[in-house]
Amino acid sequence: MMANNWQDRVATAIFWLSALFIVAILAGIIGYIIIKGISSINLDFILQPPSKAGREGGISTTIVSTGYLTLMSLLIAVPIGAGSAIYLEEYARSKNRFARLVNLTSETLAGIPSIIFGLFGFVFFVLFLEMGWSILSGSMTLAIMILPTITRTSQEAISAVPYEYRDNSLALGASKWQTVWKVILPSSLPGIITGIILSIGRAVGETAALILTAGSSLGMPLSPADPARTMSVHLYVLVAEGISMERAFGTAFLIVVLIMIINYFANLSLSKIAKSMR
Amino acid sequence: MENHIKIKSRNMEVYYQDFQALHGINMDIKEHKVTALIGPSGCGKSTYLRTLNRLNELIEGTTINGQVYLDGISIYDKDVDVVKLRKRVGMVFQKPSVFPMSIYDNVAYGPRIHGIKNKSRLDEIVEKSLKAANLWNEMGNRLNSPAARMSGGQQQRLVIARVLAVNPEVILMDEPASALDPISTSKLEELIGELKKNYTIVIVTHNMQQAARVSDFTGFFLNGYLIEFNRTNELFLNPVVKKTEDYITGRFG
Repeated sequence: MMANNWQDRVATAIFWLSALFIVAILAGIIGYIIIKGISSINLDFILQPPSKAGREGGISTTIVSTGYLTLMSLLIAVPIGAGSAIYLEEYARSKNRFARLVNLTSETLAGIPSIIFGLFGFVFFVLFLEMGWSILSGSMTLAIMILPTITRTSQEAISAVPYEYRDNSLALGASKWQTVWKVILPSSLPGIITGIILSIGRAVGETAALILTAGSSLGMPLSPADPARTMSVHLYVLVAEGISMERAFGTAFLIVVLIMIINYFANLSLSKIAKSMR
Repeated sequence: MENHIKIKSRNMEVYYQDFQALHGINMDIKEHKVTALIGPSGCGKSTYLRTLNRLNELIEGTTINGQVYLDGISIYDKDVDVVKLRKRVGMVFQKPSVFPMSIYDNVAYGPRIHGIKNKSRLDEIVEKSLKAANLWNEMGNRLNSPAARMSGGQQQRLVIARVLAVNPEVILMDEPASALDPISTSKLEELIGELKKNYTIVIVTHNMQQAARVSDFTGFFLNGYLIEFNRTNELFLNPVVKKTEDYITGRFG
């Protein structure tokens, strides 16, 4: 009895410490970034374009580039990802060979390091298709990277929709497409949105693949054919080229804030949807 | 009209892969009557029900032979529009399954699918359907609240209202009361009695008392065969086949 009690206490302590460790790491990193970064943050830093390679001015163009690239990659990846998820779950119900191939492909894609996508994007979009370093090349590369996440999470969300919904809708005389569009998709929307949030996180944080495909121009991207530098790439360049640690932390601070804002709004829309369904 | 045969099935056979689930079923279902299908689990009664609105063909590896005539016209002909068929032959499933939307949108789902967009026309249909399903008094002032918040019994009546909204001629019910408490069940049975004035109802049930209470005709299924089919009174009081007698007296099943 005593021995058991003693073991129990040690185990509890170890688990508690591991949990504490996680909280401490997160708090440490975020705290450090806030402390080091907050001094650079002011309205000019957010609203002014960089000058002198980022030594002076703000980071406005990189914020715009980040949003531009993320949005474009979602516009490409979400319809394709959700579309293939619908195909796999609703139309290829039995495990036919093509469905298995698509599943295998998306699993394999998910495990490939981003720099490989970057290399592919550079060779294919930038050079072969002559799209150059541009928002378009970068967002297509990002789209390929996030496609597996979006497909997987959408697939899970769709397969979690009760089977009875389909029977009931079809028995009311709805076509398969009407059933998917009016019942299945609205019911699986929260899961699909979760996949989109994860993808946004990945897109905002990506550097290597984007340096190779979107370039690192500090100009304001207007057309999708313009090159662009995202905040993460900017952060990398500022540190790697020894331009300004202070500004690097300022940029890091804004990236963290941006991710938090995105998560907040995503959660808000999630709970709103969840509430409307209850 | 009293004895008009609404649905006639001839030599209906269904195979799931190699397994033969139904063996040559012949049945005449009369208009504006309640026909109950009884039998132990796996006897083919639900499979038979699903041949009447061609729902079996959604299950992969299913082979269907034989004929079903609705008002004398074969529903398995190549040029039959399944959507129109399912509009005429509605179905209520075992588990009350409301869509994750408001009560109003649930009932309006079918009409909208079939192209009705006019708001006041939809309002009218929703009200009429909910009234016919004995749900208007309880839910008439809560049309915009989510359907999933209703009780199981109310949900099943909402499902019936949803079916009524597409204005069917036949309503198939697959063990509609099996997930309901006794009070909800008796409300549902009462509703079935009212609905048969305007609709032809075919109900699958594992509950023999229920079959006896609600139906005019009863078919007894066993191992994929229709063993006996007769007026409900006759079948329960004077079964012709020994197996029917054994089943209704509780000797097996």
